[in-house]
Amino acid sequence: MLRFILSKVVSLTVSLGVASLVIFAVVEIIPGDPAAYMLGINAQEDTVAALRAQLGLDVPKWQRYLDWIGGLLTGDLGTSYTYRTPVAEMVAERLWISLPLAVYALVLSTLIAFPAGLLAAARRGSMADVSVMSATQLGVAIPNFWFAMLMVLIFAINLRWVSAGGFPGWDAGFFAGLTALTLPAISLALPQAAILTRVMRSALLDTLDEDYVRTARAKGLSRGQVLWRHALRNALIPVLTIIGLQFSFLLAGGIIIEQVFYLPGLGRLIFQAISARDLIVVESVVMLLVFAVILVNFLVDIAYAVVDPRLRRK
Amino acid sequence: MILPRTLWIGGVLTMLFLGAALLSLLWTPYDVTQLDVANKLKGPTGVHWLGTDHFGRDIFSMIMVGARTSIAVALIAVGIGIGLGVPLGLAGAASRGSWLDEIIMRGNDLVFAFPSLVIAILITAVFGASAVNAIIAIGIFNIPVFARVARGAALSLWQREFILAARVAGKGPIRISAEHVLPNIANLLIVQGTIQFSLGILAEAGLSYVGLGAQPPLPSWGRMLADSQTMISFAPHLAIAPGLAIVLTVLGLNLMGDGLRDLFDPRLRRTRT
Repeated sequence: MLRFILSKVVSLTVSLGVASLVIFAVVEIIPGDPAAYMLGINAQEDTVAALRAQLGLDVPKWQRYLDWIGGLLTGDLGTSYTYRTPVAEMVAERLWISLPLAVYALVLSTLIAFPAGLLAAARRGSMADVSVMSATQLGVAIPNFWFAMLMVLIFAINLRWVSAGGFPGWDAGFFAGLTALTLPAISLALPQAAILTRVMRSALLDTLDEDYVRTARAKGLSRGQVLWRHALRNALIPVLTIIGLQFSFLLAGGIIIEQVFYLPGLGRLIFQAISARDLIVVESVVMLLVFAVILVNFLVDIAYAVVDPRLRRK
Repeated sequence: MILPRTLWIGGVLTMLFLGAALLSLLWTPYDVTQLDVANKLKGPTGVHWLGTDHFGRDIFSMIMVGARTSIAVALIAVGIGIGLGVPLGLAGAASRGSWLDEIIMRGNDLVFAFPSLVIAILITAVFGASAVNAIIAIGIFNIPVFARVARGAALSLWQREFILAARVAGKGPIRISAEHVLPNIANLLIVQGTIQFSLGILAEAGLSYVGLGAQPPLPSWGRMLADSQTMISFAPHLAIAPGLAIVLTVLGLNLMGDGLRDLFDPRLRRTRT
């Protein structure tokens, strides 16, 4: 087990190292000097040089890369070129929207997928199964941002149940914040729920074909009892893996949904930074999202091996 | 031979949009760059089948041209994935266990670990928003998908007698991969290609929606949705048509993929459908 974890830690470190190099290199390619861009075309040369020094742009590239990595490791993400505030502060503030949104969507997706997948597997080939499977076909085909727009049209514009977007802030109360995140979370969760339902169903069907299920049936347990006591537990392994992977997808996928609902999360931060050429923000937020995704994948791998000892040997 | 029903429905939907895209090269009901402000924001009528947008442009014509953009972007992205991923996967399988195989597989894992949307946004942000950069961004993430499918399928083929026979006959690994392995995994690649095609259309729509895909005046479905958002309260038809076009195309491709899979491998039908 220790060897397995060690090998995973090594690959995690390598992935993060390569990821940071790629992101740094890509951002470095951008033509134009942020200092010159910030000061406009009429700026004096020495003013630009002074700002370059202040932003730390005058040192060699490899040194800037090392500074950036060192900063990331100590929680110092640099200072935004446009806002002149620490990037870490901006990110922390935005994270309080993006993170709850991803968790909310994950909970919804699981709540939808579990019963739907169970129902479809338990009544394989029935009308219920066919309906669930058709719904999932549609679910994976609908772009989540379009679904979000339709929900705004129905629930915000026509029925006037919720506001069409924006976020009141958690200061306005937990419930107000949650309400503002509900439509975005549903839109994010829908395609994921469709995928999870399919995984759930096929994992259950796979275990139902196993010998121990037949033995349990031969012992006299009903189909339902076998499903609950034997099949479900074993089917959970692939399902949990997908749930883990979905979390990282939801965190990254929130970027587009935040645009639909004008939520001031990490997604909006990235787009604002892109249009303002605030490269340090782009760099750090992208690295942070990549880090979150790679870390979640790592944790899923470890959790998987804890649950299923067979995998440790691989 | 009876074709699976999913293949029928999926095939018809796919052909419909492919046809619309091809037809748009020669003819559209109206010119999509033609502004007609007097007739702006009209609902669906006999003259404009899907209505007009805020510049008075014909939505139906824009959907047709948008199909061209979406399909071209997704198709070329799949082409990049197949063109680079399949040779890599074949090379990995042919040199199983070697340093080459190891590098290819580690590289694959690495690309897989990246959140594709975030990287696509980074790429388009750095190199500028355009259809070409959207293609590259989506295409890069198709490479490991095809490399993995090709390698996995090729590995089991390398154990088979007919490959052994080819080796005994003196054929090298490249020739065996091209002449014996590739034709035998073509079915799998076609099915995977259909799935990636549909994912590519969704990705292109998402990128265009946030303004990082095809740029105006080139109509694209994602861009049309983005434009419609501020007008959704008084002109919902602007948001409905492009969205439905995306859903129907993606649905068609997914159903076609399922149908092709059943057609190529009827054994799968019993357990998975």
